[in-house]
Amino acid sequence: MELAIAHETIARWQFGMTTVYHFLFVPLSIGLGIIVAGLETAWVRTGKVKYFHATKFWGKLLLINIAMGVVTGIMQEFQFGMNWSDYSRFVGDVFGAPLAMEALIAFFFESTFIGLWIFGWHRLPKKLHLACIYMVTIGSILSAYFILAANSFMQHPVGYRIDPSTRKAQLTDIWAVLFQDTTLVVVFHTLTAAFLTGAAFVMGIAAYHLWRAKRGKDTNRQRISAMRSSLRCALVIAVVAGILTALSGDRLSKVMFEQQPMKMAAAEALWETQAPAPFSIFSVGDVGTGRNLIALEVPAALSFLAKSDFSSPVPGINTRAEEQVRQFGGTREEYIPDIFMTYWGFRLMIFFGMTSFGIGLLGLWLTRKKFWLDPSYRTGDDEPPTLMLTNKIAMNTFFTKWSWRIAALTLAFPLVANSFGWIFTEMGRQPWVVFHLQTTTDAVSPNVSMAEQITSLVAFSVLYAILAVVEVGLLIKYAKPGPDVDEQPPAKDPTLRPSAEDADKPLAFAY
Amino acid sequence: MHLYDLWFTLIAVLWVGYFFLEGFDFGIGVLTQLMARNHTERRVLINTIAPVWDGNEVWVISAAGATFAAFPDWYATMFSGFYIPLLIILICLIARGVSFEYRGKRSGDRWQRNWEQVTFWTSVITPFMWGLIFANIVRGLAINADKSYVGAIGDLFNGYAILGGFVTLALFTCHGAIFAALKTDGEIRERARKLAPVLGLVSLLLMLAFLLWTQVNSGNGQSLGVMIVSFVALLVAMFFNQLGREGWAFVFSGLTIVASFAMLFLTLFPEVMPSTLNPDWSLTVSNSSSAPYTLTVMTIVTAVFVPLVLLYQGWTYWVFRKRIAVHHIPAGH
Repeated sequence: MELAIAHETIARWQFGMTTVYHFLFVPLSIGLGIIVAGLETAWVRTGKVKYFHATKFWGKLLLINIAMGVVTGIMQEFQFGMNWSDYSRFVGDVFGAPLAMEALIAFFFESTFIGLWIFGWHRLPKKLHLACIYMVTIGSILSAYFILAANSFMQHPVGYRIDPSTRKAQLTDIWAVLFQDTTLVVVFHTLTAAFLTGAAFVMGIAAYHLWRAKRGKDTNRQRISAMRSSLRCALVIAVVAGILTALSGDRLSKVMFEQQPMKMAAAEALWETQAPAPFSIFSVGDVGTGRNLIALEVPAALSFLAKSDFSSPVPGINTRAEEQVRQFGGTREEYIPDIFMTYWGFRLMIFFGMTSFGIGLLGLWLTRKKFWLDPSYRTGDDEPPTLMLTNKIAMNTFFTKWSWRIAALTLAFPLVANSFGWIFTEMGRQPWVVFHLQTTTDAVSPNVSMAEQITSLVAFSVLYAILAVVEVGLLIKYAKPGPDVDEQPPAKDPTLRPSAEDADKPLAFAY
Repeated sequence: MHLYDLWFTLIAVLWVGYFFLEGFDFGIGVLTQLMARNHTERRVLINTIAPVWDGNEVWVISAAGATFAAFPDWYATMFSGFYIPLLIILICLIARGVSFEYRGKRSGDRWQRNWEQVTFWTSVITPFMWGLIFANIVRGLAINADKSYVGAIGDLFNGYAILGGFVTLALFTCHGAIFAALKTDGEIRERARKLAPVLGLVSLLLMLAFLLWTQVNSGNGQSLGVMIVSFVALLVAMFFNQLGREGWAFVFSGLTIVASFAMLFLTLFPEVMPSTLNPDWSLTVSNSSSAPYTLTVMTIVTAVFVPLVLLYQGWTYWVFRKRIAVHHIPAGH
C-alpha cells in the first residue's frame, strides 16, 4: 500500500508537471493564432503594410511557441499508457475515442497547415495562405475541444456502462461524451481564457514597444504603427474575452456545484453545510478537525454563485465526505482533496485572470481618444497613443510611465491563471481519477518500477527546464527588436505554378 | 471478419504510414552529418523536409491514439512495458522537433552546431528504438496473467531486438538518401544517389538476417510472401536509383519499409503482444480490443478523415515539390 502511494505520488508529480508545462503553450498558441489570423486578414483586405509587419512579427513568436506546444503534447498522450496503464485499461474504450479523434481530425490539420503557412508566404496565393492560418487555428481549437471532452469524461462520466464481466467502462453513447454540458462549458471557458492569454501577451509586448517609442527610443514610424494596431486589437480581445471568461466561469462553477460538489466546497473551504452559504475571501483551515481557523466571508454570496439565489443551502466538505464514506467505504479524510491547493488555486486563477481583463479594460479606456473620437484628438497613425484620463487631460508622466509598465509586466498573468485553473480542477477531483469510478491510486501502472519513474521524472524536469530557458530566451530575442520593417511583402500575388525563373530564386524563408 | 480484425489492419496501416513518412525525415536527419559537407548543405537537407516533418509526425500520435481507443490493453501493455525505450523516444521527439524550429533562430556557430547535433542524434536513436520495440513485440515478452510486462529492462535489449533496431535505422537512412536525391539538385543530389546503393546494400544484408530470423521463428505463408516483396522492392529501388528515376526509387524504398513492417504485423496476427510466460496470457485482437460500439464509431471517423488527411498532406508535398539546391538557400543564418 505504501509503495502504491509512492508510485502514485511520483506519477502524479510527473503528470502535473508535464501538463502544466504543456498548458503554458497551448492557450498562448490558440490566442496568438487568432490574433495573427486577424492581422493577416486585415493585411489581405486592406493591403496596408503595417498589418503585414504585425502578422510576421506575432507569427514568429507564435511559431516559437507552437513548436513547444506540439512536442510537449506527445508526452501527454504517451504517459497515459506509460504511467497510468490501469487507468488506460479501465477507460480506454471511452477515453481513447476522443483522444484518437483529436489526432485524426484536429492535430493533422494543425500541423500540416502550419508547415504550409511558414513556408508558403511567397508560394501560395495570398488568400490561400490566409486560409492556412485559419486552418491552423481551427485545428488547435478542435484539438482543445477533443481533449477537454476526454477530460470532462473524467470529471463527470457519461455515455458509458460498466461491463459486468470485465468490470471496465464501455462506451455506449459517443454523443453524450462529446456534447455533455460539462464539455461544452469547459470548452467555452478554456477557449475564452486562451484568447485572453493571447491578448495579454500581445498587449504586454506592444506596450513595451510603444513606451519605448514614447520616450524617443524607437522612432521608426512603421514599427510604431504596427505596434499601435496590435495594441488596440489586443485590448479589444482582452475585454471581450475577459467578460466571456467570467461568464463561462460562473456557469462552470454552477455545473460543478451540481456534479462535483466536493470540489466546490473545497474551493470555498466550506466545511459544514450552510444556508445561506457565504463566499470566502480569505481562510486558513484545519483538515484534522474539519473547520476553518480564520475565515473572512461575504454572507450569502456562495449560495448565489451555486444556485442563483441568496438562501439555498450549500453542502460542506464534511457532509460530502461522509456521503462518500457511506457510498464507497473508507475514512472521511480519504475523500477530502488538498484544501490548500484547491482553495488558493481557485482564487489565484480568478485573481490573475481578472487582473488581465481589468488592465485590458483600463487600457482601452485610457487610449480611447486617439482612435474613436474627435479627429482633433487624433495624431498620426504612427504615433504612440497618449494616455487620456478625460477628454482633455492626458495622464502625467508618472502615471503614464507606470501604465505602460504594468501592461508589459502583466503579460504572463493569464498563463499563471490557466495553470492554477488546471491545478484546481485536477486536484479538486482527487482522490478520484474518474469521478466516483476509479481512484488515482488504482490507475497507476503496476509494473513500472520506482527507479524507472524517478528516471523519467528527473529526465523531463531537466529537459523541460532547459527548454524553458531556451524558449524564454528566444521569445525575448524576437520580441525585443519589434517587427522587421525592412521585410517586404510578396510583390505580386504568388501563384501555385510559378514561372521557371521565379522558381529558381532563393527561398524567401528557410530553416 | 470481426471489427477488431479490421482494426488490427487499421492500426498496422497507421504505424506503417508513420514509418513510411517519418522514415525518410529521420533518414534526412541522419544524413545531415553522414553526407552533408558543410553548413549550407545541412540546411539544404533540413529544408527538404522542413514544411512536412510536422505532419509526418502526427502519424505516430494517431497510431498511438487509435491503439488506445481500439485496443486499450495493447496500448496499456505496450506503453508501460516499453517504459524506458519510449521515454528515450519521447525525449528525442521533443528535442528533435524544437531543433528544426530553433536552429536558425539565432546566429552563432555553437548554437547552430549544437542543434544540428540534436537533429542528428535524435534521428539516429528514435528509429533504432522503434525497431527495437517492434522486434520485441514480435519476439514475445514476459507478460503475466494481468497483461502486464514483468520482465527486466535488460531483457528488451536482446540480440534480435537490437538487430531490429539497426535494420530500421539502416532502412530509414537509405529511404532518406533516396528522398534527398529526389528533392535536391546539383552536387548534393549526385552524392545522395551514389550513397543510396551503399545504404541499400547495408539494409539488405541486415534485413536478410532479421527478416529470415523472424520468418523462421514465427512466420507463415503470408509473411513469407511479404518478406520477398520487401527484398524485391529494395532491389527495384536500387535499380531505379541507378537509372536516375528518383521518384520511382522513392516509391519502392517506401514499399520496402511498408512490406517489412507489414510482415511483422502479419507474423503477430491474431496476437498483438505474445506472452513468453504462458501462451494463454498473450494479448490477442479479441481479448484486448474495445467493444464493438467504440470500434464502429472509430471506423466511421477513420473512414472519413484518413482519406482527407492523405489528400491535404499530399497537396502539401505538391506545393513544396520544387527541388532545393545550395543556391536556393538564403544567406543569413
